[in-house]
Amino acid sequence: MGETKAYNDRLEEKLASVYSGGHAKYHEKMKEQNKLFVRDRLALLFDNGEYIEDGRFANVEAGDLPADGVVTATGKVNGQTVCVMANDSTVKAGSWGSRTVEKIIRIQEIAEKNRVPMLYLVDSAGARITDQLDMFPNRRGAGRIFHNQVRLSGFIPQICLLFGPSAAGGAYIPAFCDIVFMVEGNASMYLGSPRMAEKVIGEKVTLEEMGGARMHCTVSGVGDVLVSTEEEAISEAKRYLDFFPANYTEKPKQVEPKAIKEGRTLEAIIPENQNAPFDMYEAIEAIIDEGTFFDVKKLFAPELITGLARIDGRAVGIIANQPKAKGGVLFVDSADKATKFISLCDAFSIPLLFLADVPGFMIGTKVERAGIIRHGAKLIAAMSSATVPKISVIVRKAYGAGLYAMAGPAFEPDVCIALPTAQIAVMGPEAAVNAVYSNKIEAIEDPKERLKFVQQKHAEYKEEIDIYKLASEMIIDEIVAPSDLRAELTNRLRFYEDKQIVNAPRKHPVLPV
Amino acid sequence: MKNLESTMAGTVFTVNVAIGEEVAAGQVVMVLESMKMEIPIEAETAGKIVTINANEGDFVNEGDVLVTFE
Repeated sequence: MGETKAYNDRLEEKLASVYSGGHAKYHEKMKEQNKLFVRDRLALLFDNGEYIEDGRFANVEAGDLPADGVVTATGKVNGQTVCVMANDSTVKAGSWGSRTVEKIIRIQEIAEKNRVPMLYLVDSAGARITDQLDMFPNRRGAGRIFHNQVRLSGFIPQICLLFGPSAAGGAYIPAFCDIVFMVEGNASMYLGSPRMAEKVIGEKVTLEEMGGARMHCTVSGVGDVLVSTEEEAISEAKRYLDFFPANYTEKPKQVEPKAIKEGRTLEAIIPENQNAPFDMYEAIEAIIDEGTFFDVKKLFAPELITGLARIDGRAVGIIANQPKAKGGVLFVDSADKATKFISLCDAFSIPLLFLADVPGFMIGTKVERAGIIRHGAKLIAAMSSATVPKISVIVRKAYGAGLYAMAGPAFEPDVCIALPTAQIAVMGPEAAVNAVYSNKIEAIEDPKERLKFVQQKHAEYKEEIDIYKLASEMIIDEIVAPSDLRAELTNRLRFYEDKQIVNAPRKHPVLPV
Repeated sequence: MKNLESTMAGTVFTVNVAIGEEVAAGQVVMVLESMKMEIPIEAETAGKIVTINANEGDFVNEGDVLVTFE
């Protein structure tokens, strides 16, 4: 008996040191930064705070590296089994040694075998340079983590919650995830630190400017959701996860439907003047279940809205032009934003709903030099190759390649619905009349006559692109009153639920990036 | 002193403020016309207009400073 007790005591003692993490002064520092200890983060994340763990004794012999700076766990979130890796920044700033890396690889393998989502709770200074030969270049070194992420992409959801730095090579963990939540003030991503930037290229810059959460969520687009606290990051990640199935073979779950939010009707929201801005968010609220909208990349490229929502309890991915921001014109960044979102929804069987009010892709020197053509091609390719139910709604104007990008009739949407305010054309009336008649217009000397001529041509053009004419030609499939749109979408999402497209065999398309 | 920059290339359609005017956050300071669309340019924070750098009809590029305020 005495011997058993001695064994138990030894186990208890070792576990106590593992569970307490790094030195007390590092716990203090975390508190000052409003950061939670890794095990408190996991307690918040998992249902009832319950999870199982692997490799608790990793590097236990070292004495000062509990769990080797990372907790790898499996448990339930919203009732769904998920695998998690979570850095412990009280242990050598969450840096990676060989066992840290091996633990991360093993939890990825568990997620793969069990076909469940993988969450990465990142707060790490990067590689332990002193251990580089044991963790950097080898077959099961850090590179294997990224290789696994790429292999698992589209197989299971992969989510990154960034609580602290994600430095150098480590910054690829968020980059390979489906979505990145960043805590403002604490989260950062960068290949080279400000100190390194000053030494190597002579640039003086703050961490916040170069790799801060707000910068990445508004400018670079590497971050997706900016939150103010760790608690918010965890609760928002749970809300996001709820839209997704466990893996690509399953369908997203359906929940109890909710009514739309009380507010103005679509008729009241959409102005008659095609060129006047309105808030597309208000229009979205008028068709989705109240309180279900999950904005992806809200602060990045706001001229295009991408977000998850529910209509009559069914998950849907919304891609909507925002006329209030940059007139809803498509830019290089908006194309990037939509491409990733479409690819995300298509991978996990979430139907796509396009709400078009788009004057086209931006023109001019600046965007041509930035490669707007290849960026636009990338967006059109992603939309075109998506095989989930695809519903295109022309809210107001859809001009030029904007019609194509928003799943216009040629791209096999399951249906292309026009609201009575819809206007589909190569370009708007003003631009078209100028393009065709500019010589004639200039030749008319009397200003009154000139105006009369232009107005007459506008009227003729508008008649030419009248939406009932397009419906009569069966270019669009349906015209629906705004007040009937939600009911129409509810039915269509229900009827298209089991849609299947089998593509001709090939290895993969060549991506136009 | 804060700068309010143009969000995209276009022509100034209307200038909605005057020098010395106090503006609220979210107030429309200028409207551009670009891609045949009206593009409202809103003040990001409240402040007093110090300079107006573009007049109606001027072409402005993305990133050009339209007004400064304090």
